Amino acid sequence: MSAGIAARVLELVRTRSAAAEAEVVVRTGTSALTRFANSFIHQNVAEEIDHVALRVALDGHVAATSLDGAPDDGALARLVAGAFDAAAVSPVDPAWPGLAAPAAVPAVDHWDDATAAASPDDRARGVAAFVAAAGGLVTAGALSTVALHTAFANTAGQAAAGRMTLASLDAIARTATSDGVARSSSVAFADIDTRAAGERAAGKARSAADPTDLEPGRYEVVIEPSCVANMLGFLLSYGFGGRAVEEERSFVRIGEPQLDPSLTIREDVTHPLMAGVAFDAEGTPRQPFDIVRGGVPRAILHDRRTAAKAGTASTGNALLGANPWGVVPASLVLVPGATALDDLVRGMARGILVTDFWYTRVLDPRTLVVTGLTRNGAWLVEEGRVVRPVRNLRFTQSYVDALAPGNVRAIGSDQSLLADEDAGSFLVPSLHLGSWNFTGGARG
Amino acid sequence: MQDLALAAVEAALAAGARYADARAMDSRSEVVAARNGVLDAVHRDERIGVGVRALIGSSWGFAAVPDASPAAARAAGERAAAIARASTLVAGPALELAPVPPVVGRWVSECREDPWSVPLDEKVALLEGVTQVMRDHGATTAEATTRVWETRKWFASSEGARIEQHIRECGAGMSATVVGDGETQRRSYPGIRGQYGTRGWELVREIDLPANAARIADEARQLLTAPQCPSLDATDLILGGEQMALQIHESVGHAVELDRILGWEAAYAGTSWLDLAELGRLKFGSPLMTITADATLPGALGSFGFDDEGTPAHPVDIVREGIWVGVLSGRDTAAIAGVPAGGAVRADGFNRIPMVRMTNVGLLPGEHTLEQMIAATEDGILMDTNRSWSIDDKRLNFQFGCEIGWEIKGGKRGRLLRNPTYTGISPRFWGSMDMLGNRDEWRIWGTPNCGKGQPGQIGHTGHPAAPARFRGMRVGVRG
Repeated sequence: MSAGIAARVLELVRTRSAAAEAEVVVRTGTSALTRFANSFIHQNVAEEIDHVALRVALDGHVAATSLDGAPDDGALARLVAGAFDAAAVSPVDPAWPGLAAPAAVPAVDHWDDATAAASPDDRARGVAAFVAAAGGLVTAGALSTVALHTAFANTAGQAAAGRMTLASLDAIARTATSDGVARSSSVAFADIDTRAAGERAAGKARSAADPTDLEPGRYEVVIEPSCVANMLGFLLSYGFGGRAVEEERSFVRIGEPQLDPSLTIREDVTHPLMAGVAFDAEGTPRQPFDIVRGGVPRAILHDRRTAAKAGTASTGNALLGANPWGVVPASLVLVPGATALDDLVRGMARGILVTDFWYTRVLDPRTLVVTGLTRNGAWLVEEGRVVRPVRNLRFTQSYVDALAPGNVRAIGSDQSLLADEDAGSFLVPSLHLGSWNFTGGARG
Repeated sequence: MQDLALAAVEAALAAGARYADARAMDSRSEVVAARNGVLDAVHRDERIGVGVRALIGSSWGFAAVPDASPAAARAAGERAAAIARASTLVAGPALELAPVPPVVGRWVSECREDPWSVPLDEKVALLEGVTQVMRDHGATTAEATTRVWETRKWFASSEGARIEQHIRECGAGMSATVVGDGETQRRSYPGIRGQYGTRGWELVREIDLPANAARIADEARQLLTAPQCPSLDATDLILGGEQMALQIHESVGHAVELDRILGWEAAYAGTSWLDLAELGRLKFGSPLMTITADATLPGALGSFGFDDEGTPAHPVDIVREGIWVGVLSGRDTAAIAGVPAGGAVRADGFNRIPMVRMTNVGLLPGEHTLEQMIAATEDGILMDTNRSWSIDDKRLNFQFGCEIGWEIKGGKRGRLLRNPTYTGISPRFWGSMDMLGNRDEWRIWGTPNCGKGQPGQIGHTGHPAAPARFRGMRVGVRG
């Protein structure tokens, strides 16, 4: 169906102008999310998705339109007319890179029929199991299922189609003084063990209960996967984005050993644990590649525009629509190490085990100094043993410095998928870092 | 379209709902952006569909369909009821919605110059022009954007409400970024997010981007060589109006959202340090602090005629002379808390569930001018224009950065300071406010990018604000 709509839009474009360049992305499917708090379902939603995005270039005059609505003939005609009207009054875009040429996309099919068919009752039963497993603690969170078909077509002859499912649980159990979190994402809803997650969240909440203050300062840390995904998200967007490099806002110097030699970071939509489709909003195939190999930056993330300016090829990281970010990682993998999470903790002389970062914001995009707080549990570790839970701490830390050569003590053997159908997917382990700058307690 | 909303409601009722409401919506938006003197993007979108809520027992279901046909609307109503029935598997306590008399009415926002009537090439010329000026004045990266939103929505409820609204919003902003030795500096105008309102294109003309392009580029360059903001455990801090809007949004607006206070956002956006048991007596700030949530302010970005539950817009007292007295609420949260329905529930489009959102949350003005505050400060720092913002999940501990600072010595504004930051604890911070800008300094800022909810929603909020002085603040936190 999606491919048919894309073809229909291109037909309408050609009817208006045989010379027009055009590309179309069509997404159809269902997104549903069951949300609970105070141990009951308080928001429970589902939407049908019919999204058509069109970009046209008329002799270098470029404009984009999109439609969320029934893709009937009238709506598609308005979509095409709107793009032509806007392009007609736009000045020539001197950086228009042209359309993606025909190219095969990697063969991936991150799809599960049962997930696509998951019902509200399925999700409610999953929530009930989480709530029951928390053993009387107050619970809150969300359990979601998404099934999307995406089709791309352009007037240069590139066409691609893909589909994806994704099921995610992100939920907490709460004591009077602490929260414990459990997360799980997978292409298959059946992989989400909500009962086990409830037990895990409750265990973490209980172990984080009655935290006490810790003096701010520099500490070793073991950071769990959501923190690592947060770091890599900033690192890649601000450092390895083609636009940031072009405008000299990036710290990255290709070929120089800027990060710890234990770090290898890849884009790899073909990874069996990954989610998503194998092409981007411009139809460029998402071929796997190393971004950082052994601590050395090897590649910059590009869409067609930034690639053309840099004299290279797109890496398949274009986003839909008018976005100020240029490119973002889509299917990021931090290659895991060989150390179990418990052993990462045992490896700390005096440090802090951190579950989540929260509300992180970049203070300077070039040095990547970021401030944020800990959330959902932090523990003081001494001589490899968890000593006590500590209250949330604020940090102000350069993410580049934290991952600089010599600062990564060990990489976990665990791998967690943190995925979002819009914001990209991260497959990451836990990390033991040598130094983290905590600048205050959350209470002042 | 009103019939579509009604069809969805009737279908939900027929499928077993004891209450239902629906919004049929037809909305469109436009973004025009330029970068370094050249057009960067023209993007227009259109969204048409129906979203319907159904209540069975105390459990909600919501379904949305991107289709404006009666059959699709009815199917969405039935699906919402089915989802509500599934929710009853993990049901909450009994719920009766806070009463709101059903309204049959219409509301149209004020708009003197229709933003869609302004030729696209005029918008492009404006943005290309100001970004070129910023480049000519040394900006490494010069960016400027205009945004326009137009929403028509038809609301129907099973209680008899029938409401039509036509809301037009727009605004613009620009920034100059310069790259120095190992760091970047940025200046924005009118603020980091621009300036937006529920108004027509006259707003864009009033903020006059061209008159400010050269200045902000020059200031960004000057910041590169300015001294660092000192690290001080306690100093007097004066915040400009734009930063005060951010401060209000983050540390007051979100903290008084009743869904957060009740724990409904505990796993995601977070909770609040406020305890309902202390409503009406908790000291939130100094006696200078009086904050209202007022969706009736003409032209403000958080204004509307009726919220997305059909509650008429009305002002709500939030903090009165330093005492916490009110919350932002909807019909279900208000009923649980035992307060009147606050009329503060909105959704980001037909395909999102209505939830508690800020309206226009801001300060009533004080008595001083900014210059009087500076003159009254022996030793302090003036900061303005938000650059970074981070606050904990209880909305208690914050650390905010500004684009620009000035040293204040002996009651005079002195040299520029770069990378100014400050940190604090909300009630202590607001308790230390001893001077507040007067009516001439007071301005309503629009925030077009307030994120909340799962799936994510972007809200439009307004924030009346004025410069203010705070005593004994920690500044200059660095990594």
